[in-house]
Amino acid sequence: MTKSLLKNSTVKMIASLAVVGILSGALLVLVYEYSTPKIRVNVENETERAIKNIFPEAVKINKTKEPGFFSVQDAKEQISGYAFIAEGNGYQGVIKLIIGVDPKLTEIKGMEVLDSAETPGLGAEIAEDKFRKQFEDLSARREIEYVKNQKPNKPSEIEAITGATISSRAVVAIVNNGMSGIREKIEAGKL
Amino acid sequence: MIKDFVKGLWKENPIFVQVLGMCPTLAVTTKALFGLSMGLATTFVVISSSIVVSAVREWVPKQVRIPIFTVIIATFVTAADYFLKANFFQISKALGPYVPLIVVNCVILGRAEAFASKNNVRRSLLDALGMGIGFTAALVVLGSVREILGAGTVFGVQIMWKGFTNWIVMVLPAGAFITLGLLVGVFNILDDKMKTRRKIVKG
Repeated sequence: MTKSLLKNSTVKMIASLAVVGILSGALLVLVYEYSTPKIRVNVENETERAIKNIFPEAVKINKTKEPGFFSVQDAKEQISGYAFIAEGNGYQGVIKLIIGVDPKLTEIKGMEVLDSAETPGLGAEIAEDKFRKQFEDLSARREIEYVKNQKPNKPSEIEAITGATISSRAVVAIVNNGMSGIREKIEAGKL
Repeated sequence: MIKDFVKGLWKENPIFVQVLGMCPTLAVTTKALFGLSMGLATTFVVISSSIVVSAVREWVPKQVRIPIFTVIIATFVTAADYFLKANFFQISKALGPYVPLIVVNCVILGRAEAFASKNNVRRSLLDALGMGIGFTAALVVLGSVREILGAGTVFGVQIMWKGFTNWIVMVLPAGAFITLGLLVGVFNILDDKMKTRRKIVKG
């Protein structure tokens, strides 16, 4: 009697868990099917929006053979610059940036944060205009440097965010690494 | 019946009285908008999981009820996460990992275990709705206070005077604890006042 009861309840437990698991899995397949294409479009739109923000004159954005590198054409079909995705470690996880440069790689045209998990209100300010705009028309002839609590006085300097030096430093490092990355690619004739 | 709904708003408010779900409460309330979005996502999960838990309550063996409730909750959390990513991409990015972490928000399992598994679907729905709104309201208040003091804005609208120095500490974790502590204190003062008034009226 006890034995069959035990067996019964075991079967019931396994069966109910299995049913719930299968139903949940089926439901999630539907959710996944519905949202994945939309999420992909969101990510692509965001990249495009970010590039257009950096290059307001952009008419056409072309993907290059190198993944994550884009060339930007203006109305006269001239290449007005390149944009590329660069990432590195921030204070609390990976920071993913899109960086725009002029065709000769002498100037950074701007930068946008695509992804980051920095502290809200502090490190997250790297995505705000006040910090971001410092990268517009920033000289790229030398490595970018940062200063703390004072206005930058060299053409390749930016001011770090108060209370978020690590995040600011991370952005500067990502930009510098990205710049040497794109220089190598251009020198090797890959873009 | 109406009591099932109302109790979550004040008398058994998930944050100020039960002090549950502290992880998202402290982590995402740096801005009022984030508090609101997190509150709404949590409300969706608590309502749908309470309905399902209540509907299957007689059919679920007692010994495995917790894993079954957890799977049900996790399903809705994943759905909410993907929905936000597909339709509210920016908000989803701002909330980051805290949307999937709704799974471990004890408000939700708490409602499933303490209420939905013992009551019918209608009462469970009202209970979840009340708890969800109470939770959301508390997060919005917390987020507003922190945003006003920490950034001078509320829902992105500037309300502090020009030249106001932002209290950076308010958007840091410490600010979350300070604000929550003070708000719980204010809540208790108000609650005491209301109770004495009720006594006087009754007496």
